[in-house]
Amino acid sequence: MNGVQEWLKRLFLQDRRAVAKLISLVEDNIERHQIMRAVLPRTGNTLVTGITGPPGAGKSSLVEALTKLVREQGESVGIVAVDPTSPLTGGAILGDRIRMQSHATDRNVFIRSMGTRGHLGGMAKATADVIRIMEAGGYTTLLLETVGVGQSEIEIMHLADTVIVTLNPGTGDGIQAIKAGIMEIADIFVINKADLPGSERLKNDIEMMLGMTGQDKAWRPPVVLTSVYENRGVDQLQAEIKRHHAFLRSSGRWKIKWQEQLQREVWRHLNGQIQEQFNSLWPKLLSDAAIAEGTDPGQIAEQVWSVMMEEMKKKND
Amino acid sequence: MSQTRIRVLVGKPGLDGHDRGAKVIARALRDAGMEVIYSGLHQTPEQIVEAAIQEDVDLIGLSIMSGAHLTIFPRVKELLKQQQAEDILLIGGGIIPEEDAESLIRDGYAEALFTPGTPTTEIVDWINDRMKLNRSKYF
Repeated sequence: MNGVQEWLKRLFLQDRRAVAKLISLVEDNIERHQIMRAVLPRTGNTLVTGITGPPGAGKSSLVEALTKLVREQGESVGIVAVDPTSPLTGGAILGDRIRMQSHATDRNVFIRSMGTRGHLGGMAKATADVIRIMEAGGYTTLLLETVGVGQSEIEIMHLADTVIVTLNPGTGDGIQAIKAGIMEIADIFVINKADLPGSERLKNDIEMMLGMTGQDKAWRPPVVLTSVYENRGVDQLQAEIKRHHAFLRSSGRWKIKWQEQLQREVWRHLNGQIQEQFNSLWPKLLSDAAIAEGTDPGQIAEQVWSVMMEEMKKKND
Repeated sequence: MSQTRIRVLVGKPGLDGHDRGAKVIARALRDAGMEVIYSGLHQTPEQIVEAAIQEDVDLIGLSIMSGAHLTIFPRVKELLKQQQAEDILLIGGGIIPEEDAESLIRDGYAEALFTPGTPTTEIVDWINDRMKLNRSKYF
């Protein structure tokens, strides 16, 4: 389609409207392949910082505070903020912008809100693509904010190079800190709202947990106390982000992460294709009575698999 | 498979702090399956238009209770024009006298205005109808 080419041309001239339009197209799955084929060669050099944590922990406020610092240093910032889509109606209220007001008219800050649109794990399906479009559009610092998560939404670890887990004082004891899930994926822990009582205690709990595991000897996640309200600790957080970025690059960990991310993305696409093929095949198999009642689903799957392989062979011939 | 969603920016420009109406509308549009970006209070027209562009919304809904509608609607429209983003529809609601509403619509500063007492379903239907005609939003 001609329109896509025009938007791509404008994207590479760092036109904000083109960034916005191409994100919509990819999100709506229109001409996605064509767009990403053009975009990806111009990306991959910028490390992505992801921020996750429970609802109300102060993720958006931290993003805004970090953005302020980064802007003072002259870099531009692309932000993806994800909020949940209603599983019942498909609608969503995307409210992260409310906390990011101070950059609302700064042309070097691009904020995009996304609904999860049925995707689980605390992220939207098109998140990886959207981040790369921002990078190709010239934004040099990339921040990714998840929906407010519970204990097990850990998909951000596959999309962000540096994962910040944001917690608040007074929200749990030492047992919460050693539970599985998001506590395992942090590269940096932030205890936000550290102006409230109990933050040192939480820090101790996390440090104790880190002392117990020690699975990664090369990088021990630092625990940073911040208070956006009192404008405290955000510069230290930024320093730790930079230190982790440098660690990823110097240790070669970045490459490994990149390969893992690639594997996941390829599988995600393959999975989609298989699912599509399966969905179109299934009604036919049922109506042909090729499947006897009472057959084990695992056995049916083997049957279906061989039918799918045959179909594929036919297509290729 | 494509999965387009109608995206709407609900904006609260100016100085009044009454956002209950805006929240009710935002909720109703959400329940109608739309993605609603809520701007928060006290937005300038510049902030609203910049957000609308970055979020690539189909439509801006302004909620105004302060009496500044005759200034704000033309200003937002003008900024959209400057940004070559006139394809973004502009509607609104709030305390707007009938004669003002008529003149804003007549002069092309708003596509539709919904004043207190309007059932939310009427607004949802209006948006859905207009979006059916607007399917070419990308090109």
